[in-house]
Amino acid sequence: MGLDIRWPIGLMFSLIGAMLTITGLITNSNAEMYQRSLGKNVDLWWGLVLVVFGAFMLIMAMLGSKPSTGSQPDSGQKPGQPGNPPQK
Amino acid sequence: MQPIQLGFLDYAILIIYVGFVVAIGFLLRRYMKSSSDFLTSGRSIPTWVTGLAFISANLGALELVGMAASGAKYGIVTCHFYWVGAIPAMVFLAVFMMPFYYGSKARSVPEYLKMRFDERVRALNSIAFAVMTVFASGISMNALAKLLNQLLGWNYHAALWICSGVVLLYVLKGGLTSAIYTEVLQFFMIVLGFAPVVYLGLKDVGGWNAMTNVLHGVATNPAALHLKEAGTTYAPNAWTSAWAPLLGGPSANPLGVNWFAMVFGLGFVLSFGYWCTNFLVVQRAMAARNMTAARNTPLVAAVPKMLFPALVILPGMIALAMTATPDKDYRIPPPIISDEVYAKAAEVVKSAGAMDSTAALKAVSDAIGKKMDGPKVAALIKDAGTLDDAAIKKGLYNAVAEYDYDGVILSLVKKYCPTGLLGLALTALLASFMSGMAGNVTAFNTVWTYDLYQAYIAPKKSDQHYFWMGQFATIMGIVVSIACAYFARQYNNAMDIIQLVFGFVNAPLFATFLLGMFWARCTGTGAFVGLFAGIGGSTVFHALTTTTSNVDAAGQVINGMKGGYLGVLSKFPSEMAQNYWLATFAFLVCLSLTLIISLATKRTKTNEELKGLVYSLTPKLKDTEQNFLLRPAVLGTILLIACVILNIIFW
Repeated sequence: MGLDIRWPIGLMFSLIGAMLTITGLITNSNAEMYQRSLGKNVDLWWGLVLVVFGAFMLIMAMLGSKPSTGSQPDSGQKPGQPGNPPQK
Repeated sequence: MQPIQLGFLDYAILIIYVGFVVAIGFLLRRYMKSSSDFLTSGRSIPTWVTGLAFISANLGALELVGMAASGAKYGIVTCHFYWVGAIPAMVFLAVFMMPFYYGSKARSVPEYLKMRFDERVRALNSIAFAVMTVFASGISMNALAKLLNQLLGWNYHAALWICSGVVLLYVLKGGLTSAIYTEVLQFFMIVLGFAPVVYLGLKDVGGWNAMTNVLHGVATNPAALHLKEAGTTYAPNAWTSAWAPLLGGPSANPLGVNWFAMVFGLGFVLSFGYWCTNFLVVQRAMAARNMTAARNTPLVAAVPKMLFPALVILPGMIALAMTATPDKDYRIPPPIISDEVYAKAAEVVKSAGAMDSTAALKAVSDAIGKKMDGPKVAALIKDAGTLDDAAIKKGLYNAVAEYDYDGVILSLVKKYCPTGLLGLALTALLASFMSGMAGNVTAFNTVWTYDLYQAYIAPKKSDQHYFWMGQFATIMGIVVSIACAYFARQYNNAMDIIQLVFGFVNAPLFATFLLGMFWARCTGTGAFVGLFAGIGGSTVFHALTTTTSNVDAAGQVINGMKGGYLGVLSKFPSEMAQNYWLATFAFLVCLSLTLIISLATKRTKTNEELKGLVYSLTPKLKDTEQNFLLRPAVLGTILLIACVILNIIFW
C-alpha cells in the first residue's frame, strides 16, 4: 500500500521527543518537578531517546523510499510478489 | 486519592498522537477502492508491519492493566500467559496453520471453515465470533472509561465516545490497512510510553535483587499484606520463580494451579484455541503480502511477546514490593472510596478513642465499608488527636486492607511521571486501548460482511455494495460496542454470565481446527456435532464442579456463577484451575466426538476439493529459495529455544 508507515512513526516520535527535550531543558533547574522521578530529569533524557528513535525511523523510511535499493527490513522478502499461487 | 493533574504538555502529546492516527486513516483513504482493499488490505503489507500489528491488536488496554494486576497477585508465574500460553501456539500457527489460511485464499477464519467443512460450521463460528467481538470490545471500553474517570477525573461518557470516535474515524477511512498501520505506531507508543515508568519503579525499589528479596518476605507471610487468608504461607520464591511454585502443586503458589493444568489447559487447549483460530489476530497475518510474509507474521510478533512481561508484569511485582516496604509511601490503590466516606470515617476515628480495639476496628471498617488493617487503624486512633483531617484520611487510605489491582499501572504512572512523561504514558494507555478496539472492529466488519451478510443475507451483490456494507458494519460495530459498554456498566453480573458463556464456546474450538487441518477423513457433520458437544460438555462441567472457596461449611454452593449449581462432583483450588480443566475437558469431548462421528458419516468433500485445506493433501511448501535462517520452521525453532532459555533463567 502506498504509505510507508515509518514516515508517520518517525515524524511523530521526533516531534514528541523534541517537545519533551525542550521542556526538559527549560525545567532543568526545577528540582521540585523531578522529585517524583527520583531527581532525574526524565523529560530531557527520554525526550532524547524518542528523538533518536524517530530519526532512526525517518532514516529507514528514506532509505526504503529510494527505488532499486530494496533494502527493506521486512525479513529479506523479495518485493513485488503479490498473490503467490496457493500452495505450490 | 486525588485525580492525576495533566499539564499543557501532556494534552499536547495526546493531541499529536490522535492527530497522527487520524491522518494515517485519511492518507490511506485514496487506496480504498474495493471491499477487499477495505476489509482484507488487498494482501499487500510487509511482514514487520503485520507482525507488530498482530501483537498490538492483542495488546488491548485490558491486557495491559490486567497483566500488571496479575503480576502483583501472582508474581512471575503470570509470565506463563506469555511463555506457555502464547509462544508455542504462535510458532505452530506460523509453521503449520498459516499455509492453509493463506493458501486457501479464504478471507476470514469462518470462510476457511466453510471451505473445509460446510456452511453449518461457518455459521456457528461466525455468529459466535461476531457476537463475542462486540461484547469483548464493550467490556474493555467500559473498563477503560471507568479507569479514566476514577484516576483522571475525566467524564465517563466523554472518554467513551471520544476514544471510540477516533477509532471510528481512522478505521472508516482507511479500513484494515489503517488499523494495521496505526497498530504499529501504537505498538511503539506503548513500549516507549511505559518503559521509563518501569525503569523508574525498578530503580526506586532498589533494583531487581532488592525487589525479589522483598517479595521473598511477602511470600512467606502473604497475610501480613492481606493478600491471602491468615495462616497461608508459601515458599519464599512463590512470587519470584516461574516453575518451582507450580511444581509444588496448587497450594504452593498464589495462582492455585498445578503444572499439568498450566501446560495442558492453558498452554495447549486455551492458547492454541486463541492464537490459532481467533480471527482478530489471524486477520493480521492474512493481510501480509505473500505466503512467506504471512507465515513469518506470528514469528515476528513472538519476539516482542516473549519480552513483554518486563513491560506489563514487572510493574505489578514492583508495586507489590513497594507496598511491602513501608517507607516508600506507596500502596497498591484500594478500591475507589468517595471523599465523603473518608470524611465520615475520619469522624469515627476521632470519636473511637474510648472504645476497645475490636469495637473501634469494626466501627471504622463499617464506616469505610471495606476490610481494614487492625494495627494501622489502632495506631491511627491513638494519634487522631495530633493529626489534621487530611492526615487522618491518608491514614485511612493506607489502612484499607483490600486492593484494586487494576489500578496498579496508573498509580505507578502517577507516582513517577512528571508532566511530559505523564502525557506520554497516558497516551500509551490510550494507544493500547485503541489498538485493541480497532482490532475488534476490523475483525467484526469482515466477518459480518463476508461471512454473514454476503453468505446469508444478500449474496451476489456488486463489490461496491459489500464495500459500502463493510463501512456500514464498521459504524454499527462501534455503536453496538458502545451500547455493550453501557450494558456492562449497568449490569455487571449479566456481563459475567456472557463471558462465562464465551468461555464455553471457545474451549473446544481448537479440536475442530486440529482435526480439520490434519485429518482428511474429518467430516462437516462430525465437526459441527463435535463443536456443539464440546460447548455442551463445558457447560455441564461447569455446572458440576466448583472451587473450594465457593463451598460453605455445610457443603452448599455459595455462588452459582462459579459453578456447581447442579451439584459438586469435584472442587478445584482456584477459578483458574477450574477454567483450565474445563477447557481440557471440552477439548477432549469435542475431539473424541468429532472423531467418532466423522468415521460414522460419509465424506462430502473429495480429496481434490480439500487440496490446500488439509495437511496430507497439500503439496509441501518449499522454503529452499529463502535464506536458511529466514525459513519459518527455522525461525520458529530459534524462538522456541529462546523461550525455553527464558523459562530456565526464571525457573
